[in-house]
Amino acid sequence: MDALPETLAPSPPAGGWLIETRDLSRHYPSGEGVVKALDGVDTTIAPGEFVAAMGPSGSGKSTFLNLIGCLDQPTRGTYRLAGEDVSRLPPDRLAELRGRKIGFVFQSFHLLPRSDALTNVAMPLMYRGVPRRIRRDRAVMALERVGLGQRIHHTPSQLSGGQQQRVAIARALATGPELLLADEPTGALDSRTGLEIMALFQALNRAGVSILCVTHDADVAAFAGRTLRFRDGKLFEDTRYPPVDAAAMLGVPFA
Amino acid sequence: MNELSPAKAAPAPATEALPQPLPPLPPARSGLSLGEAAFAALSALAANKLRAALTSLGIFIGVAAVIVTVAVGAGARQQVLSQIQSLGANLLLVWGANVRLGGVSLGAGQRPNMSWDDAQAIPREIPSVEVAAGTIRQQMQVVNGNQNWSTWVNGTDPAWFVAHEWQVAEGRFFTEEEAAGGRKVVLIGQTVAENLFGDENPVGREVRVRATPFEVIGVLGRKGQNPMGQDQDDVVVMPYWTARRSVMGASRAFARAVGSISVKVHEGESMADVEEQLRQFFRQRHRVAANEPDTVNIRNLSEIAATRDASARTLSLLLAAVAAVSLLVGGIGVMNIMLVSVTERTREIGLRLAVGARRRDILRQFLLEAVLLALLGGAAGVLVGIGLAHGMSAWGGWPVLIQWDAVGLAVAVSGLTGLFFGYWPARRAAKLDPIVALRHE
Ligand SMILES: Nc1ncnc2c1ncn2[C@@H]1O[C@H](COP(=O)(O)OP(=O)(O)O)[C@@H](O)[C@H]1O
Ligand SMILES: [Mg+2]
Repeated sequence: MDALPETLAPSPPAGGWLIETRDLSRHYPSGEGVVKALDGVDTTIAPGEFVAAMGPSGSGKSTFLNLIGCLDQPTRGTYRLAGEDVSRLPPDRLAELRGRKIGFVFQSFHLLPRSDALTNVAMPLMYRGVPRRIRRDRAVMALERVGLGQRIHHTPSQLSGGQQQRVAIARALATGPELLLADEPTGALDSRTGLEIMALFQALNRAGVSILCVTHDADVAAFAGRTLRFRDGKLFEDTRYPPVDAAAMLGVPFA
Repeated sequence: MNELSPAKAAPAPATEALPQPLPPLPPARSGLSLGEAAFAALSALAANKLRAALTSLGIFIGVAAVIVTVAVGAGARQQVLSQIQSLGANLLLVWGANVRLGGVSLGAGQRPNMSWDDAQAIPREIPSVEVAAGTIRQQMQVVNGNQNWSTWVNGTDPAWFVAHEWQVAEGRFFTEEEAAGGRKVVLIGQTVAENLFGDENPVGREVRVRATPFEVIGVLGRKGQNPMGQDQDDVVVMPYWTARRSVMGASRAFARAVGSISVKVHEGESMADVEEQLRQFFRQRHRVAANEPDTVNIRNLSEIAATRDASARTLSLLLAAVAAVSLLVGGIGVMNIMLVSVTERTREIGLRLAVGARRRDILRQFLLEAVLLALLGGAAGVLVGIGLAHGMSAWGGWPVLIQWDAVGLAVAVSGLTGLFFGYWPARRAAKLDPIVALRHE
């Protein structure tokens, strides 16, 4: 907390922090010494925030996102997700947390290439033991909400990059997560398609989904309301600002 | 279901296709169900049908081979058993011993021979014996007009038909009166009937044996080959006393001699006990001194059956070894392709882990894939194996017998092979670190 002004660490909201890290660190042993991929990060994120994580390549953004997403465990420090300490849990408990609370969006989409959009979106629900019929209904609903209601039977190869990323977002939404985590979601897209994805994120955020989005692009970070800057594994800047409206930049409301 | 229609419940949607989050799911009931895992595994297999087919080929061939060979083995064994049955069940055959002392044959004449009276006495003296039939046999020419045929002519007792379980195909057996009266009647076997009479009915016709005319009163039912490969239907049977008086004249000393005695033991009695009783019976009757060898040899035909049974079992053991090797090879094939599949699908596994799959869900999915792969090979092997066995029976004339317990066992073993050889690849998949797996190229 030493480097941060008091104003950037406001008192907890009524429902408590969604994310609360204390001395969060991830060190990798490397030859003689250690690689401090992430080192002593103290931060809090309230429910409903849209936060960007920025920094040069190798600064620890993805490591931070993976820890927040319960894909990884810290080597030091604590992490509370919605009040629950999840710093030291067995792998299957972490998997359950990911399935219940977190939705992932990746730079390279990570869709099952031979399966259609519906199957891709319904897939996470399988691991929640949701019956087939309800899985289908929910997947259709999720695809409608990202504007792909007409393309539920298209396979990834029949969809554009932006459409594939929307399928991935629908997949992240299908389980009804509290937190959407995106690692360079626009990295593989042209700028206009990237803008559309950010407009979608903003709309979802306005409807209540908390978002943490890793990017190295300041234009993308401008759509969030807050940016965490990383350098050499340390969080060195935390700024809040009024976000740019992506839909307005597109010239049309999101459709 | 109401939590699934939040679009209606959501406050004032601005547009139709609203980028809204979905409502939270009700609390997790349980993880991946077995049925879902099986479906996912089947889909994965269906995505690469040719590879699945080629992989399960080893197990397919192994199982098909096992089913065919077991069916052929069982068929052959059943044939041998029915041949042995055709000799007569619970049958002991008593032969005069070929006695040698100091390498010099004493000759039959110097030792007491078995007689007709011995045969008659056996059922009276040994209660476990059902019937005993004294028989003499010689190879002779049998003539019908200009057809003649060399065959074994047996002179025996009506009890012989009982002991050897003969049936009549045409006509009848001879009676006790005909036997006692030395009437010139014969029954002929199927082979003799075919060679002397062709398609005609021999019953009521006349044959000549050593120039003596005989009336054919019956044709014996077909028995086929015995386990030693001899044709049991190449036979003529007449009453003992007829043979003695009309065709097999003998010196006074041999007037009542018989060459063999067929002894049928009552069902359920110990063959070994009766064998011993017979030995003692002949030692007493022939007044054999304690230091002298037996005057008779006794052969138990069911012992031959047991020997055959044992050799069939050895064959089965050999086949089991062959099956084990082919299943091992097939299993290694499954393991190999599953390892390839895990490597190919590393990113997919990473994704599944990221969206909430537990390690045991991944393990279950890949394990089921291996088991299904092996079971599909096994099931195809069963179908083709049964088809081949029927084909061999229908077109090749092989005696086959489908062994359903072997079929069940083959399927079970192929499933277990998949489980065993699929475990290691599945564990590798389940142990993947999601971050590393997602980054995999
Ligand atoms: N598994 C690992 N083993 C060793 N070093 C790692 C590992 N993962 C990440 N690192 C190191 O940690 C640092 C931060 O990585 P990362 O979080 O991926 O950076 P960013 O996403 O900001 O580009 C880098 O120097 C990287 O080389
Ligand atoms: Mg990164």
